[in-house]
Amino acid sequence: MPHIRVTVDGVSYDDQVEARRLLVHYLREQLGKVGTPVGCDTTNCGACTVLMDGQSVKSCSVLACQADGHDITTVEALAADGDLHPIQRAFHETHALQCGYCTPGMMMAALDLLRDNPDPSDEEIREGLEGNMCRCTGYVNIVRAVREAAAVMRATTAAPESESRTTDVPQQVVREQEPAPQAASGGASS
Amino acid sequence: MIPAQFDYVRPGDVAEAVRVLAESEEPKVMAGGQSLTPLLRFRLAYPDVVVDLGGLTELRGVADEGEWLRIGAMTTHDEVIHDPLVAAHCPLLAQATHTVADPAVRHRGTLGGSLAHADPAGDLPAVALALDAEFLVSGEDGDRAVPASEFFQDYLTTVLDIGDVLTAVRFPKLTGWSFHYKKFSQTAQAWAIVGVAAAVRRDDGSVAEARVGLTNMGSTPIRARQVEEACRGVPARTDALREAAQSADAGTDPPNDLSAQADYRRHLARVLTGRALAAAAGL
Repeated sequence: MPHIRVTVDGVSYDDQVEARRLLVHYLREQLGKVGTPVGCDTTNCGACTVLMDGQSVKSCSVLACQADGHDITTVEALAADGDLHPIQRAFHETHALQCGYCTPGMMMAALDLLRDNPDPSDEEIREGLEGNMCRCTGYVNIVRAVREAAAVMRATTAAPESESRTTDVPQQVVREQEPAPQAASGGASS
Repeated sequence: MIPAQFDYVRPGDVAEAVRVLAESEEPKVMAGGQSLTPLLRFRLAYPDVVVDLGGLTELRGVADEGEWLRIGAMTTHDEVIHDPLVAAHCPLLAQATHTVADPAVRHRGTLGGSLAHADPAGDLPAVALALDAEFLVSGEDGDRAVPASEFFQDYLTTVLDIGDVLTAVRFPKLTGWSFHYKKFSQTAQAWAIVGVAAAVRRDDGSVAEARVGLTNMGSTPIRARQVEEACRGVPARTDALREAAQSADAGTDPPNDLSAQADYRRHLARVLTGRALAAAAGL
């Protein structure tokens, strides 16, 4: 079986995986990171979106083997010590979800968008989230949430000494809490 | 679904990739995997070996080669969209690539993968055909260049043989031309129902030359040659170009599927070709 080394949410893993193992299944079943759901299984819905080296990818369309040597950030890296990330807080406060199934992917795709464009227009938000589908609440409040999170994140970037911990983008978050390499192994099957 | 079992190889150079492919029964080349992984998951593809080109950094990037722009096959859609050389010399490719799928798919999906996959509803084959691109292929018998007009053979089928790797695509720099890619698709699905890649060279108030590539009007991308002939010398006006576009569906064999019937696609091809030509001509 292929052997991979991958960093997930700041923790390094050294694992054997089946060649056919999808990244989303590796995250959920081998690492227990069930914050990332499997959605449509057809590369359409975006529910399984994670960041790979800071860029959004659909983890149902990446083999675990292809993640070898890369840095993965899942929704589970966003909150720390019960302190929600601004994108999480904004989704909560603007009622940007009903069933919540699409929410992890929506937030990861939104963070990818905000990394490139910290002050997007509503149209840019819709374009940035075009690969993510919500089947219950609709998109109006999701766009509001991203807009509000963007404002909070911009304000924090402008005043980094206050609240910097909770408003960093995830790549910075995970580096802060990254332990020594290979501090953890990959769950039951490794 | 979970894909069927396969062996996985990540070669260190193109020669190794060619060797592994040639020694395998039913290999599949994986570029970004954004088309192949769904096929594996649906069990529509049963390769015995997946040869992942992800480690071949030499197949990535854009180079200025004088008359040509050479784009490595493993250059991602996202890189193509943001590349200054592509913006300067091949803006039609950047514009069409921006309509492919969504940001997450464009981070992984590649130019070479899209072209080698040769999906009739994919946007980039028609662009390559309209621009007379050249496909650089490494195989067991060495390297060769294949013109776009010969590359696409049938539905999901190209001239690439089992031991072949598409390494790069060369696009001619067209100076004095302007471009537009017009696409009709469902909001929730970025696949083109019909797409039109148009290039126009104006001579003051008239059209000196035009080129038109059609997406999803047959099992391969198609050049609308009759339209190209009809455009020669016409006034650069919307009505004249709309008239020239009336033969856009001539010689095509569009599919009937859930998205559209063939006669509707013929209608779309005529309308969208007129609009694409007008936009390309700056009208």
